[in-house]
Amino acid sequence: MAIKNKKLNLKDKYQYLTRDMAWEPTYQKKKDIFPDEDFEGIKITDWSQWEDPFRLTMDAYWKYQAEKEKKLYAIFDAFAQNNGHQNISDARYVNALKLFLTGVSPLEHAAFQGYARVGRQFSGAGARVACQMQAIDELRHSQTQQHAMSHYNKHFNGLHDAAHMHDRVWFLSVPKSFFDDARSAGPFEFLTAISFSFEYVLTNLLFVPFMSGAAYNGDMATVTFGFSAQSDEARHMTLGLEVIKFILEQHEDNVPIVQRWIDKWFWRGFRLLSLVGMMMDYMLPNKVMSWAEAWEVYYEQNGGALFKDLERYGIRPPKYQDIANDAKHHVSHQAWSTFYQYSHATNFHTWMPEKEEMDWLSQKYPDTFDRYYRPRFEHWAKEHAEGRRFYNNTLPQLCQVCQIPTIFTEKDDPTMLSHRQIVHEGERFHFCSDGCCDIFKNEPEKYVQAWLPVHQIYQGNCEGSDVETVVSKYYHINIGEDNFEYIGSPDHKRWLSIKGKSSDAKDAKGESADQDAA
Amino acid sequence: MSVNALYDYKFESRDKVENFHGMQVLYIYWPHHLMFCSPVAVMVSPDMTFGDFLEQVLKPAFASHPDSAKADFVKAEWKLNDEPFTPVMSATMKDSGIDHKSMLTVTTPGLDGISGSGS
Repeated sequence: MAIKNKKLNLKDKYQYLTRDMAWEPTYQKKKDIFPDEDFEGIKITDWSQWEDPFRLTMDAYWKYQAEKEKKLYAIFDAFAQNNGHQNISDARYVNALKLFLTGVSPLEHAAFQGYARVGRQFSGAGARVACQMQAIDELRHSQTQQHAMSHYNKHFNGLHDAAHMHDRVWFLSVPKSFFDDARSAGPFEFLTAISFSFEYVLTNLLFVPFMSGAAYNGDMATVTFGFSAQSDEARHMTLGLEVIKFILEQHEDNVPIVQRWIDKWFWRGFRLLSLVGMMMDYMLPNKVMSWAEAWEVYYEQNGGALFKDLERYGIRPPKYQDIANDAKHHVSHQAWSTFYQYSHATNFHTWMPEKEEMDWLSQKYPDTFDRYYRPRFEHWAKEHAEGRRFYNNTLPQLCQVCQIPTIFTEKDDPTMLSHRQIVHEGERFHFCSDGCCDIFKNEPEKYVQAWLPVHQIYQGNCEGSDVETVVSKYYHINIGEDNFEYIGSPDHKRWLSIKGKSSDAKDAKGESADQDAA
Repeated sequence: MSVNALYDYKFESRDKVENFHGMQVLYIYWPHHLMFCSPVAVMVSPDMTFGDFLEQVLKPAFASHPDSAKADFVKAEWKLNDEPFTPVMSATMKDSGIDHKSMLTVTTPGLDGISGSGS
C-alpha cells in the first residue's frame, strides 16, 4: 500500500492496522479458515458493520499498557517496603482477598484463554483485534492481581496455592464451572456470556465491591490494581455492548438465540455473584454498601435501562429476573451461613458478625435479617461462646449447573429451600432453581459431565474418603492455619501482635481466643 | 432441546451409580431447619435398612440442632422425591424404592427451627 502522509491520522491508522488485516481468501475456503463461525446458528451478513468506538491500534495499546504497568509496580514496591498490610482496617479483610485470589484471578486467566481462542474464530478483523487486546488485558489482570496480593501471602495464611485450589476446592468449582461452561461454548455464545452478560451487565457488581472494598479498608495495593485495570474494563464493556448490538442488527434469526444466551448467562452470573454478596455484607470490616443496595443500583437501575434500549431489537429482560431481584434480600446471608458451617474446608476464615454489624444488617435488610437470619446467627454466636463453634460435618447437596450447594430459598416462602429435580435418561438430577434446571434441559449433554466436588469425594477421586484428608492432601489447605473460625486463628493472633495487643486478650465478643476443633 | 456442537456430542454421566463402588448417593432435607444450609448428601448401601439409616446416618447428621432431641423422625412426615412416602424400618433402601440420587424430605410438625425462624 502506498502511504501519502508520513504521519497517519487516527482514523487511517486504525484502518491500516486493524481492518486491513482482513482479506478475502482465494485458494482456501473461508469455511475452512473460520470453521467455528456459524455452527451456533448466528447469521452475519456484513462484518464491515462492526463498530469499534475506541479505535485503539496495537502500537498505541502497547505504549499505554507499558506506562500503566510501570506505575503499578512502583506502587506495589512501595506498598511492600512500607509494610502496607499493617494499614488495613482489620485482618478479617484479608479473607476477602483469599476469596478473590482463588476464585477470581484464575478466571482472569481463563478469560485470557477464552478470548485468545474465540478471537481466532471471527472472520471480521474488528472483532478479532478487540478479542486479541482483551486476551492480553486479561492475562495482565491475572498477573497484576497476583502481584498485588502476593505481599499478603508473606504475612497471612490461605493465599499460598490459588491455582491448585481453583481446580479442586468444593466452592471454587462454582467460578471454575462458570468459565468452563463459557469456554466450551461457541465463539458467539462466549462473547454473549463473558463480554455482554458478565463484563457489561454484571461487572460493576464484582469490581465495585472488591475495589471500593479495598479502598474503604486501606488496601492500597488492590486499589491501585483496580485503577490500572479500569481503562481496560471500559474497553471490555464496550466490546460487550457492541457484540450484542452487532449480532442483533445482522439478522432477525439471531434474536431468539441471543435471548436464550442472555437468560442463561444472566442466571449463571447472578448465582456466581452470591459469593460477592457475602463478601460485601460480611467480610469487609468497613462496609461500602449492602449487597441489596449494590444490586438495586448496578442491576435493577442500570440493567433496567439497558434492557429498555435492547427492546427495539426484540430482546426482553432475562427470564427469572424477578426471582433474582427478590433474592437480593437473602443471598448474602445464605452464602455466609454456608461458608460459616463449612469453614473447616475453606482456605479462608469465617466468623459471626459483631453486634454493630448485626445491627447494620438489620438496618440494611429490614424485611429479612431479623426475621430469618439473626436468630440463627445469635444461636451460633452463643454456641461459639460456650465452646461449641458450629461446623456442619456432613457434605452438602450441590446444584448440577451452578454447583453451589442448594441453599437458596423460595421467593414466596423464605423458610423453604428452592429445589428442583428431574429425571434425565434414567438418572436423577438436582437443581437450586428453575433457572438452573432450564439451563440443564437446554443442553443436558453438557451438564451430565459436571465435576461436582461432593460426588467426586464420594467416588474416591480426591485422595481420601474423609474430609480432613481431602482438605489437606487434595486441596492443599493447611489445617489449623488456613481454615476454621477467625477468632483465635494464627491470622488473628498475628494481627493482634502487629497492633501491639496480646493474643490472649479478650476479643470484641468477650470470648477468649482459643481455636475450636471441628 | 439438546446441545449445539461441532461433532456428535455424547458423554457418559459423571455421576452414574456405577461410579460409586456399590454405594449410592442419598440427599436428606429437613425443612424449617435451615441452620443446615442445604439438604445433606450422604452415601448409603442399597442393602442398608431404613432403621439403620435413621440411627446411623440421619440422626448424627442433624444432632447438632437444638430441635433434634425433640424430633420424632419415625413419626415424622416423609417424602421420597417429592411424593408421599411411608418408611418401613426393616426394609432396605432398595426395597423402599430409594434409588441413586434420591431425595428424602422429612418434616417434623411443631418444630420450626431456632426461635421458630425456620433456621
